[in-house]
Amino acid sequence: MNASPAQGVRLEVRGLTKSYNGRPVLRDLSFTVERGELFVIMGPSGSGKTVLLKHLIGLERPDAGEILLEGEPVGPPETLGRHRVAMVFQSGGLLNSLTVAENVGLYLSEHRLKPPAEIRRIVAEKLALLGLEGTEDRWPAELSGGMKKRVAIARALVVEPQLIFYDEPTSELDPLIAVTIGRELVRLNRQLGVTSVVVTHDRDLAFGIAHRIAVLHAGRFLALGTPAEVRAHADPVVRQFLHADFAFEPHPTPEPVSRLP
Amino acid sequence: MFHDIGEVLLLLGRTLRALPQTARQGRKVLEQLFEIGNASLLMACLLSLFIGGVLALQTGPVLAERGLHHFIGQIVGLSMCRELAPVMMAVLIAGRIGSAMAAEIGSMQVYQEIDALRTLSINPVHYLVLPRLVAISLALPTLVVFSILVGWVGGALVAVTNYQISISLHGFVKSLGNGVEVMDVVNGLLKSLGFAVAIGAIACQQGLSTTGGPRGIGRSVTKAVVNSIVVILLLDYVFTRLLMHLD
Repeated sequence: MNASPAQGVRLEVRGLTKSYNGRPVLRDLSFTVERGELFVIMGPSGSGKTVLLKHLIGLERPDAGEILLEGEPVGPPETLGRHRVAMVFQSGGLLNSLTVAENVGLYLSEHRLKPPAEIRRIVAEKLALLGLEGTEDRWPAELSGGMKKRVAIARALVVEPQLIFYDEPTSELDPLIAVTIGRELVRLNRQLGVTSVVVTHDRDLAFGIAHRIAVLHAGRFLALGTPAEVRAHADPVVRQFLHADFAFEPHPTPEPVSRLP
Repeated sequence: MFHDIGEVLLLLGRTLRALPQTARQGRKVLEQLFEIGNASLLMACLLSLFIGGVLALQTGPVLAERGLHHFIGQIVGLSMCRELAPVMMAVLIAGRIGSAMAAEIGSMQVYQEIDALRTLSINPVHYLVLPRLVAISLALPTLVVFSILVGWVGGALVAVTNYQISISLHGFVKSLGNGVEVMDVVNGLLKSLGFAVAIGAIACQQGLSTTGGPRGIGRSVTKAVVNSIVVILLLDYVFTRLLMHLD
């Protein structure tokens, strides 16, 4: 695989608008993700993040606006195929009826791009890249949440992508595995030069890995910039989202338990 | 309802257009054939044995009373191959296989497996629907052949052993041979092919349009089975009229 930083593609979104049953979910969104950039879209649940991602990958059609990959519209499947776009789903999206190796090699085997021996070699290589050696014959149901996510990333890498979308890559993971996954995203972005778009509500992940962050709320970007710019943003909703924590009013100190005589 | 009918027809059209891809999906077709056969053959034989038997038991004594017991083979033979085997096997397959197809594809839809296929540029119609539709279209007529033969055996057993009917095995077979022609069996097989396509298309369409988590999967399975049975009975009338007209 070519590790040149020029491998990524440029993604441009212009005036993207979508409503469901008359309820607007995306409102006139416009932004650009540069080649090789790690762009994070964050926002609270129900802000439209996953809907936006589905439009970017071509699974949904917008009511208005356009999405361009290197200047070509995303709609036709050939555009996604030509620019080798991959996606890592929130649940992993692994096919439960296939083993780990069959899942990872699915793109190559279904499109008959390589002979079986070559597919086995590529699958082993991608699994090793993500620290999953020896899991080839296991079933998705036997894997932990973190392993499923890493298998899903391995499956995405087999496409040799120029653009990867990650949907909530650290959800349902404990903090240690979440950090491991975050490091993997950065390493793959640096090593392979892939343009990466990460959708998450994990603030630590966003500020830890992003080149730029967009904060989505009620279908609109309230803030878009470098992590430092977003952190310093004055919008009260952005500040509330970024600074919400578990600091409750302290309880009165309990009475000391009287000692036994 | 009209929305569902439209979607089933669209899916059927897409699957028919994908038929030239069948050879590429050969392994999946074989897997599906094995699953259908494995899940249904024993039950199909058991069901057919008793249907043939009950048919002989219900009609035999009445015929015998009127001295027409030599028609029993003909009645069992024709009923099994023209009507009972195709319809009963189709209902059985709708319940056992149609429900499993809708549940499997429905859960793949809910758990984003089908979205994952699309992002890998794999067409879900080629990957999921085509092998299932081809397999069920091969399996149901095959099951109907088994059902007809076993139904005849069931009818013969009852006709020979029941004292009210009192016909010899030779007499039963002769009556059956005189009354049943190859075209009667072919009629039954053509009907069952139509039923198979309907069951496969309805089950896959319901699976693909599943929304809303585990409850949605349950809803899709129920709709797949109920719609299939209704369509089987409607198509049965249409096919019967059509085949009678052609006869």
